[in-house]
Amino acid sequence: MKRIYLDYAATTPMRKEVIEAMKPFGDKIFGNPSAIYFEGRLAKNFLEKAREKAAKILNSRPDEIIFTNGGTESINLAILGLARFYKNFFKKPRLITSKIEHPAVLEAMKQLEKENFEVIYLNVDKFGVVKLEELKKSLNPQTILISIMYANNEIGTIQPIKKISEIIKNFRQKKLKINFPFFHTDACQTAGFLEIRPEKLGVDLMSLNGSKIYGPKASGLLYLRNGVKIEPIIFGGGQENNLRSGTENVASWIGFSKALELAQKEKGKEAKRLTKLRDYLIKNILKIPKTFLNGHPKKRLPNNVNVTILDIEGEALVLQLDRYRVSASTGSACQSKILEPSHVLQAIGLPREVIHGSLRLTLGKYTRKKDLDYLIKILPKVVENLRQISPVSLKFKK
Amino acid sequence: MKKKKIKKEGFDILSPFSLPWLYSETVKDHFFHPRNFMKPDEEKRFKYNAVGMVGSPQCGDVMKFWLLIDPKTEKIKKARWRTFGCGSAIASTSMLSTMITEKGEVTLKEARKITPFDIMKRLGGLPERKIHCSVLGDKALREAINNYYWRTGQYEKIQPESGRIIDKVLKITDLDIEKAILEGAKNLEEVQEKTKVGLGDPDCLEEAEELVKFYLEKYQKSV
Repeated sequence: MKRIYLDYAATTPMRKEVIEAMKPFGDKIFGNPSAIYFEGRLAKNFLEKAREKAAKILNSRPDEIIFTNGGTESINLAILGLARFYKNFFKKPRLITSKIEHPAVLEAMKQLEKENFEVIYLNVDKFGVVKLEELKKSLNPQTILISIMYANNEIGTIQPIKKISEIIKNFRQKKLKINFPFFHTDACQTAGFLEIRPEKLGVDLMSLNGSKIYGPKASGLLYLRNGVKIEPIIFGGGQENNLRSGTENVASWIGFSKALELAQKEKGKEAKRLTKLRDYLIKNILKIPKTFLNGHPKKRLPNNVNVTILDIEGEALVLQLDRYRVSASTGSACQSKILEPSHVLQAIGLPREVIHGSLRLTLGKYTRKKDLDYLIKILPKVVENLRQISPVSLKFKK
Repeated sequence: MKKKKIKKEGFDILSPFSLPWLYSETVKDHFFHPRNFMKPDEEKRFKYNAVGMVGSPQCGDVMKFWLLIDPKTEKIKKARWRTFGCGSAIASTSMLSTMITEKGEVTLKEARKITPFDIMKRLGGLPERKIHCSVLGDKALREAINNYYWRTGQYEKIQPESGRIIDKVLKITDLDIEKAILEGAKNLEEVQEKTKVGLGDPDCLEEAEELVKFYLEKYQKSV
């Protein structure tokens, strides 16, 4: 029986073009790119081609691309690497981020707090959009880096990245600091749908990964604008321009470049198709009593649906849906490893009892309308069953 | 031999049914087929003489029990429940309801002694971080038992679940410490992060540390 996978924001299956592209790199082209003999040179050749491809997609230079083992690593390298490199230029170095970032950003920031950096966590409005006035107020001459995600992984809200980079540029000009502060964006959720060329967005660093765009897991890149300096966070043989040591993951990075190329090529069409499906699904889920949408109704990723269903708990809901062959996700504490309800839903002002009933459905390449019709048919029944055994009746109005 | 058809799109697990589930088979059974829960059409006509509810929606778990107790024998004749919570919370309440109604022979005295670990054992175990879910089921049951004694005027038999106060200033009890351990705290510092024990009354730290050790051992976590 076919399953209906609706958790594409968690990860995607590899598409067959990617699998094909990676195939020769298991046993045929296996050399260590650092070696100077034939096998090494061959692997190096393909690796650099993959880098050129990624650079072309981003309209950047190949030496601005650092391949990594995934989004979390790219983000850590960007934030820790940059902050540590420029630390001594400042008396009380400051970093600015938002409260709804991915844990990779938030935990890296926490680490830097331990290293005596000052970190400002910007608030977001009820839709999850970063408060720009707060950003303007937080910028000071000690600010090294601003890191704001391009689009949120839980509620799908797209941030005004261009506006943010304008604010930062204005600040730089006013202070006659040509470089500082730098601007990094975590764009992991966006490569399949949005414009990601750094010069168009006005970002200095950008993290991308493969596992959200039908590429291999544990593959990614950090775009590092020419002239921006970082320290490595992994030490060893000096690969990736001495910024990311470890034998190059050639097969994976070949697959990732292919996935990135196809994702950007298809983004317009796919965004249009999924936006339609997304709005169809939202409209129908909200017909269930005591439900509401989380995130922004318009400025959201084309594939993201995040709703709250009152009086039931998300993990129980996800397990019931699983039984009906539907894969979904929740912001409830019960699903998280730390038993803490979603920090994103807390940041948009939802009380805890309401967060426990959140459901995230993220659509993708293989989602068809008939899949959603099936979900629309079974969901009210599943919700009703769980509400029947729930002693709670919340009076929350959004 | 017939060639297996390969699907062109999507992805199929060979057999989702051969995979182990998130929890034990018994938990799965009780989650998908909950026993004795209070159906909406049943609420008005179900006869009961005790009711108890614990938890809060903020924490993510609420459990309610209705009991019909035979006043002569003080044995539980019927039980109904409702639960707001995750899969293991629902399953553990369902399991507890079957444990107290088995053959209609369970006395209030026996029911009161049921611990989270008795429930867990019957469920075939629960993940460590989920234990706090089943802890609530037995509490709701004891609330209901207290409620019965209150309704029948047997005030001397009521046993409130207050716990013993450890930090006299912040009024933090041994139950709070136990809860912190169940939520994953692995030493005194982590318990303090969760409960602030000792911040109000530094003299209690020694006792708090003892309790932390005790509960860590009780729940078989490394000290």
